[in-house]
Amino acid sequence: MGKIVAVTGNEACAQALKQINPDVCAAYPITPATDLMQRFSGFVSDGKVDTELVLVESEHSAMSACIGAAAAGGRVATATSSQGLALMWEMLYIAAGTRLPIIMPLVNRALSAPLNIHGDHSDGMGARDTGWIQLYSENAQEAYDNTIQAFRIAEHLDIRLPAMVCMDGFIVSHSIERVEYIDDADVKNFVGKFQAVHPLLDLDNPKSYGPLILTDLYHEYKRAQHEVMTKVPKVVLEVASDFEKMTGRKYGLFETYRLEDAEIAVVVMSSAAGTTKDIIDQYRDKGVKAGLLKPRMFRPFPYLEIADALKHLKAIAVLDRADSFGGYGPLFMEISSAVMSMDTKPAMINKIFGLGGRDYLPDQAEQVLDELVKVAKTGKVQTVKEYIGVRE
Amino acid sequence: MSKKFWETLPQGSVVLEAGSSAKFKTGTWRSVRPKWIEENCIQCLFCWMYCPDMSVKVNAEGKREDFNYDYCKGCGICALECPGKKGKKAIVMEEEGK
Ligand code: SF4
Ligand code: SF4
Repeated sequence: MGKIVAVTGNEACAQALKQINPDVCAAYPITPATDLMQRFSGFVSDGKVDTELVLVESEHSAMSACIGAAAAGGRVATATSSQGLALMWEMLYIAAGTRLPIIMPLVNRALSAPLNIHGDHSDGMGARDTGWIQLYSENAQEAYDNTIQAFRIAEHLDIRLPAMVCMDGFIVSHSIERVEYIDDADVKNFVGKFQAVHPLLDLDNPKSYGPLILTDLYHEYKRAQHEVMTKVPKVVLEVASDFEKMTGRKYGLFETYRLEDAEIAVVVMSSAAGTTKDIIDQYRDKGVKAGLLKPRMFRPFPYLEIADALKHLKAIAVLDRADSFGGYGPLFMEISSAVMSMDTKPAMINKIFGLGGRDYLPDQAEQVLDELVKVAKTGKVQTVKEYIGVRE
Repeated sequence: MSKKFWETLPQGSVVLEAGSSAKFKTGTWRSVRPKWIEENCIQCLFCWMYCPDMSVKVNAEGKREDFNYDYCKGCGICALECPGKKGKKAIVMEEEGK
């Protein structure tokens, strides 16, 4: 049985990394992820972990060093946010294309300009096409649990892909919550011993990483990379099932809340799901059949599974904490793609909320549910994409 | 079931055969070729050190021999760096096909 503590999301993730004790961490500080790696570097200084901490001069170098260490044959982790992730962009693709299972808590934060240090999903959504697995967490407990599970998923011999574990900047990273820690020995046993695949440091079998591959084979390598992504959901579910056996905490590709008999539903990720669940309870008390779907795994995106969970609905509101300027919100695009496979399609609206850390308040959830009730009744959508919580 | 071609590729495009770049002859990329003028050569081996490929052959006695044109891309770095003897270069670049 683990220990119940009051910690921030960053502290919980740092604890998970401490319990896993990676071989190498290369990191560069950036708000709001700074505090996560700062705590971890404390563990390094205090001799609580054996990790080699590489302090680099930028996030581009941080990811480069992680790639080198992972290719060498080490278990590797780092953490970042926002501009830091943006600066890693080039290396993110290289980590995924080279099939290196690097684990990176991403403390979600807005992107400049204007400069803003608070939470939204612009950074994570910007990295959705890099080939990384992405898990989003609602609270500190999920961030902790997802970090531990991410190692098992990414390092699975059928997968070998890097994974980001996302949590909302400040809202989760810096808020103190109740978290249940798992015993060190159980975490260690759960993630298991790291198995290197083609390690560079196996000097008896010399090899080269990062070759130039042109028109003759590039297309085939990408085909293989697509294939491995299709194997991820099964592994995510297997790992979740083992995790549930150990902790009693249940995880899936997504979470549903009062969705089975719902007529209208909100689809929203991360911390905003908590607030939305409370408001759904209030509307249920009033007799409104409302429910929620919270995607956990955004990459690969479980289109068919989500379509199946949403197929009985009359109207859906997808809430995006990021915008694709000139397009719909990124989560809305995915849910629309999922809905495409249905015979009878629910009406859909898209709300952009909470950018740059703007609070998502209960009245915004109420506004969305009121509109959904109307849309469900008339079947008519007036404006597909709208900002909510805007000062007017 | 037999595997599709793309399923047989090594994971992450790792090249598992050491030294296989020797099979990749880049000499055809060349449009200008370095010419070694032995009488001006002081055997400093700058050319060998600066060559980004492996196109300057050095024998067992550590002495420079002629170029290996299988790999030389004609970048001209060796000619630029060559100090030569008494102001006369030991490497000059010539257009291919002349
Ligand atoms: S021209 Fe360039 S590639 Fe050719 S031998 Fe000289 S340095 Fe090497
Ligand atoms: S750099 Fe010039 S002088 Fe020196 S070894 Fe090469 S050819 Fe000879």
